Amino acid sequence: MTQVLSHPEEVTPEFEKDAARAQSRRGFLMALPTFVYLGLFFVLPFLIVIVYSFATRNRFGGTDLSGWNFEAYRKLGDSVVRDILFRSIWLALITTIICLVLAYPFAYFIATRRPAVRNLMLVFVMIPFWSNFLVRNYAWRVLLGNDGPVSQLSEVLGLGETRVLFTPVAVVLGLVYGFLPFMILPLYAAIERIDLRLMEASRDLYASGWQSFRRVLLPLSMPGVIAGSILVFVPSLGAYVTPEILGGAKTTLLGSYIVTQFLTARNWPVGASLSFVLMAVMLAATLVYFRKGGRTL
Amino acid sequence: MSSPVLPRGSAKLGLTVNAWLIYLFFYAPILLLVVFSFSADKNVGRWGGFTFDWYREFGQNDGVQSALGVSIRVALVSTLVAVVLGTMAALSLERFTFRGKKVFDALLYLPIIIPDVTMAVMMLLFFAQFFDLLDAWFGLSLSKGFGSIVISHIAFSISFVSVVVRARLAGMDDTLEEASMDLYASRWQAFRYVTLPLIFPGVAGGALLALTLSLDDVVITQFVAGPGSTTLPVFVFSLIRRGVTPLINAVSVIMLAISIVLVALSLFADRSKRASAKVSN
Repeated sequence: MTQVLSHPEEVTPEFEKDAARAQSRRGFLMALPTFVYLGLFFVLPFLIVIVYSFATRNRFGGTDLSGWNFEAYRKLGDSVVRDILFRSIWLALITTIICLVLAYPFAYFIATRRPAVRNLMLVFVMIPFWSNFLVRNYAWRVLLGNDGPVSQLSEVLGLGETRVLFTPVAVVLGLVYGFLPFMILPLYAAIERIDLRLMEASRDLYASGWQSFRRVLLPLSMPGVIAGSILVFVPSLGAYVTPEILGGAKTTLLGSYIVTQFLTARNWPVGASLSFVLMAVMLAATLVYFRKGGRTL
Repeated sequence: MSSPVLPRGSAKLGLTVNAWLIYLFFYAPILLLVVFSFSADKNVGRWGGFTFDWYREFGQNDGVQSALGVSIRVALVSTLVAVVLGTMAALSLERFTFRGKKVFDALLYLPIIIPDVTMAVMMLLFFAQFFDLLDAWFGLSLSKGFGSIVISHIAFSISFVSVVVRARLAGMDDTLEEASMDLYASRWQAFRYVTLPLIFPGVAGGALLALTLSLDDVVITQFVAGPGSTTLPVFVFSLIRRGVTPLINAVSVIMLAISIVLVALSLFADRSKRASAKVSN
């Protein structure tokens, strides 16, 4: 209705084309400042990383940009880097699986509550989600520390001394603590969208509880499973703060290794090539996610 | 509609217990940290009687105070710019079609999904290169500091603001703007008196998100901060790496309190957003 009112009685094709062109120009001008900003301070930096990854480190710890080569990428096959890569992938994988196992029943539980209860439960997931990440990791440092609450508890229970801090276990614990909401929220969004009467129908057709989970609920909630897994796996792979605070010398992960290459070892080409690999993994994961028809990011 | 079949017996018990344990897992560490920040014991994880000493130290420690000042200034400036740019980007994507729109849309998503460390490396190399060029071409010797931190924070905040504002714009039809312009409002008036009040909850939510992100960031800031300009999280991070002290407990609790206030405000903005969406329907 408004469409009719807002146009003059006689609309010539020329007039319409002009109006469309003006509209398109207006949209472009509105996007332009952000476009320029991101071009200058996001795309350009990204291209510089790629250039550096093909450069050579000189004797003084500086970087020679002339004479491109694949040396930095070849270095990624070194046993030190390979061990760190495998360890990072392994810990990120364990973190993702633990998050999935904990979050799935939890998300299902929330999705089957009354709307009021459901919103309240989600609010209490959002609060730690948006609380300071550094502080949340630090809290575990306090809990797991010498004579801290955890070791006191294990003494009371007669379990003897527990040394978790500075081990891979502490790192996984910190990562799960940090990224669990990233798993809960997309899983909840996926399960909430499912018509749960389908579960009822499967039970009417003599499916066991396990069968109706395995054959009905799980396949339907797959977009949430994939989204959550990517959202936990990718940041775990690039984690830096958690292994620095909770891990020890033997738990160097990809993120910390990259930072070391820049801030202490001063081997920028290797650091740049590793960052590029990390970025490529992230992009591949995102593409998989959109291919699978996911929308909740 | 009758409620669908729900798990009964042991399955139901299992789900309930799991939910309570997850909340315990989320909140116990935070609450214990708050408790220990009032403990007089020098050991960060042991109770030794009630004290305010560590908060007093927080107020008197010059390093903490100057880092807090930098953090607040960075957060305010970067949020202001990111909100303006992010809102314009959201409007252009939701209200117009133009050439390059798809590329723009994809570009806006990247800062959200890129890992922190990669973004940090990007900004570090960019500023290294940029300052070298300034020096070579104009003889200007600038270095990393407040400016480079703000520029980096804006770069990752714009996208988050635009996502939040877009969500708000998507739930709103544009006939109201058209109506106002039929009533001889100029484009600016239509934006100022119709569109802006309607999307305001989204803009406020985006601003709170940008503030939170800016006040939280450690990795990127660590790479672009210069001597004399560290933010509070970067300062605390370097303190933790040197060894834990009760002062860090107190600073942590204050940072936690700031982020919880911001979350509460954004949940509130979200609520008023939903309420006004109901009205406009």
